[in-house]
Amino acid sequence: MNPTLTALRYVIARDLLLAMRRKADVLTTLFFFVIAVSLFPLGIGPETDLLRKIAPGIVWVAALLAAMLSLGRMFADDHRDGTLEQMVLAPQPLGLLVGGKIAAHWLLSGLPLVLIAPLLGLQFGLGRDTLLVLMGSLLLGTPVLSLIGAIGAALTLGVRGGGVLVSLLVLPLFIPVLIFGAGAVEAVTSGLGAAAHLSLLGAILLVALFFAPWATALALRIAVE
Amino acid sequence: MLDVIGLECARGERTLFRDLNFSLPAGTLFELRGENGSGKTTLLRAICGLLSPVAGEIRWNDQNIKALGDDYRAHLGYLGHLNGLKDELSALENLALAAPLAGIDAAPAAIENMLRQFGLARCLHLPCKALSQGQKRRAALARIALGTHHGLWLLDEPFAALDTAAIAFLQSLIERHLANGGIVMLTTHQDVPITAPHRQRLELGA
Repeated sequence: MNPTLTALRYVIARDLLLAMRRKADVLTTLFFFVIAVSLFPLGIGPETDLLRKIAPGIVWVAALLAAMLSLGRMFADDHRDGTLEQMVLAPQPLGLLVGGKIAAHWLLSGLPLVLIAPLLGLQFGLGRDTLLVLMGSLLLGTPVLSLIGAIGAALTLGVRGGGVLVSLLVLPLFIPVLIFGAGAVEAVTSGLGAAAHLSLLGAILLVALFFAPWATALALRIAVE
Repeated sequence: MLDVIGLECARGERTLFRDLNFSLPAGTLFELRGENGSGKTTLLRAICGLLSPVAGEIRWNDQNIKALGDDYRAHLGYLGHLNGLKDELSALENLALAAPLAGIDAAPAAIENMLRQFGLARCLHLPCKALSQGQKRRAALARIALGTHHGLWLLDEPFAALDTAAIAFLQSLIERHLANGGIVMLTTHQDVPITAPHRQRLELGA
């Protein structure tokens, strides 16, 4: 097997194995998402029409905040114990290895949100088609959150109070994802097709997939210097 | 093999050294000495490419290391202050995951054997957070030792925190690496007798 792909596989495997040993980290993000979304129906009461209307926005905002919660850990531990140095010194393109870190981050903190979202959508009385589009929009949107978030996490590495700084840096960049993600679900509810919104989300994902790993790699090289 | 030409490095505003020149042929042991803060670690980090020098050039086989990029890093075994071990994983798991990243093609049996030779036979499967400082250092050194094909070993204080048996074993590994034509650069405060085909010594801050 190609040594670069082998290295990529091992970067992902290491992060997944670490997550298995430290389950609390993964579960915190997921529970935060579940609880944040569930608080709204409890607070607003059984007004089905209103709930149905605000559901996409709430699920998406909660997903953004849950993603923020897990960003701080993305490179911080590696930076502290020296594995980041090893990654930078590895004879493989750093952008690709960073891509592996981002993929592992999405598998651990993005994919669980996508899978649990339909269950949460039921609390808001969403129909079958709407739930499917909600899942689809999250499936396209959450990888973007991991990709853009990685740039912010790398830029604030080793900075005191990096957690707050990363929110200020990254949340504004999440806005297009929020608009098109929530917009796709609203479009279905109001009878329009979701195709346009989902295509735009897909386009954002492709651009982020292309640029974010290299930008993150540059920021990491500065951080380890 | 390795040439350093007119190197100048700074940490913040302070210049640590300037106009540093040396040339290391294959099989050279390069001992780097100097008081704390004299720039030993900075020099090692500059040579492995983690840090950009203010001025000067580092060349590997007559080519600038910046231009070589991954082709240069494929020859590199670097042990810094940090051990690069994950606390939650055992020494065995750590090495099995780190070796392919460093371009080392080592079978699980070879990794286990190396850890045993470093005296970690009883804690192969313990999570690294349960190991002592010296044991962690040994596990980190085992990773470097597996990279026998790496032409350049850069070791920052490799003998610190090790007991006499581990020092003697590391010494024999370094001697074997030198005899095979590798270059070893190390910083140290203690005198460890290592026989080498060629040796050079640099006192920083003198």
